[in-house]
Amino acid sequence: MLRDITLGQYFPGNSPIHRLDPRTKLIVLVVYIVTLFLAQSWISYGILFLFLAFTIRISTIPLKAIVKGMKPLVMILLFTGILNLFFTREGEVLVSFWGLVITVDGVQRAILMMARILMLITCTFLLTYTTSPIALTDGLESLMGPLKKIGVPVHELSMMMCIALRFIPTLIEETDKIMCAQKARGADFENGSLMERAKALIPILVPLFVSAFRRADELATAMECRCYQGGQGRTKMKILRYHRNDMTAFGIGAALAAVVVVLGSFGL
Amino acid sequence: MEGCNLAEIISVEHLAYTYPGVEDAPGVPVFSDLNLKIEEGSFVAILGTNGCGKSTLAKHFNSILLPSGGKVYVCGIDTSNEGRIMSVRRNVGMVFQNPDNQIVANVVEEDVAFGPENLGIASPEIRNRVDRALKQVDMYEYRTHSPSLLSGGQKQRIAIAGVIAMEPKCIVLDEPTAMLDPRGRQEVMDTITRLNQEKKITVVLITHHMDEAARCQRVVVLNKGVVAADGTPQEVFSQVPLLHALGLAAPETVELCWALNQQGFDLPLDRLDPAACAQAIFHEVTV
Repeated sequence: MLRDITLGQYFPGNSPIHRLDPRTKLIVLVVYIVTLFLAQSWISYGILFLFLAFTIRISTIPLKAIVKGMKPLVMILLFTGILNLFFTREGEVLVSFWGLVITVDGVQRAILMMARILMLITCTFLLTYTTSPIALTDGLESLMGPLKKIGVPVHELSMMMCIALRFIPTLIEETDKIMCAQKARGADFENGSLMERAKALIPILVPLFVSAFRRADELATAMECRCYQGGQGRTKMKILRYHRNDMTAFGIGAALAAVVVVLGSFGL
Repeated sequence: MEGCNLAEIISVEHLAYTYPGVEDAPGVPVFSDLNLKIEEGSFVAILGTNGCGKSTLAKHFNSILLPSGGKVYVCGIDTSNEGRIMSVRRNVGMVFQNPDNQIVANVVEEDVAFGPENLGIASPEIRNRVDRALKQVDMYEYRTHSPSLLSGGQKQRIAIAGVIAMEPKCIVLDEPTAMLDPRGRQEVMDTITRLNQEKKITVVLITHHMDEAARCQRVVVLNKGVVAADGTPQEVFSQVPLLHALGLAAPETVELCWALNQQGFDLPLDRLDPAACAQAIFHEVTV
């Protein structure tokens, strides 16, 4: 039951999007998100949506996977939609009942807000779906490189992220195993009040933490045995390089942002 | 790369080690005077019951633990010389029991590259070494997989590849098959036997399984921090009463012959191979 967590899952592939440098994807993603928040009109949203649809199309990621990843976020989406629907007071009144008012502006704003969140989530999914965690941490390490000068432990952070990602499936498996062991001895996780169920989690968390610390200790020894001594003097098997495709991606990203900003200045 | 043309790749001289006690508790002594030499290119098994110091000894081969008395030399380098720790570690690779706790990255080839990356080797050379190491352990087609989806034996072979990508002279394996099913054990044993025969890498195998030890060239039995028996598998395993007294057993074929001898037969105790054992029994019964 814990196994079907899709967050941060990577779909191996060889599409032009997969082949982009992780740094390119990260930068274009940030540009896209900023643009998403600058967009005001239906036209801008339309352009941004077309761009996203086009990217999904060439990334060969099945639409189903994206929809599946959305599921846990439906509540947030509905919540945002309802809030915007009822709390917008401006504009022509459409319906009013029980003291609640729905205006045309409210409907418009609710739809745009939901679209914004949907696109926001989809584009971040697209990043994690098309980029292996290692490439992602490499990209982050490289982008944050300049921060080393002001004393930010960039290599350590990316190493930690990489190891954390590596151990997620291992720890999930372990949690499953511990839960089964506790169930076999009569633990009950499904029934009882919220308090009781929360208490039932303690016998899972304690062994999980103990074993995580033990694992950490063994991993540290194994890393030392393999001559790990921090980022100093370390080389990489795969060196990140920008290619022509990356330049194209940067160009498209910049053009997209420019179009939305220009449209915004005309009030569209 | 460190020059290493000595006949003995690892040499333990009068090793003493005591685990430090916590607060006022006294430390736990493991070794007081242990001597052992391991020749380059050999395939040595270290046997012993739990708590006899096998793993502690292995950690001395790699500067993870430093002797409290005596010396350990790896390729002639004193392991307690802090400035040379990296030379020691790149010459002696370690593989541990739990494959999950020694894999660092979530792509097979990235994990194998971890060691060479730490050594500061140029990128194209790392690529070569990773490909070569993965081919040597027969895991090349899994290079882009995630280790979490592999079987225990496959994970352990990845861990071995990660070590041989650093091109060490010697590999120390601390109960590498303890958590594996029979098939995984077979895979790992075949891999290390091949590395020893084809690549001439010295292998030190710490194990609980007598049949694994029987495949080695030399067997060292540890008991309470001292060497209780040392020799070829035939020499060591034929001392059945001694092994029993130490809480160990001989391989099944030898145990069978020994049990039959108790019943008045006169069988040789050095037949480690089932076919040879059957032959000996046949000979005994018919002649």
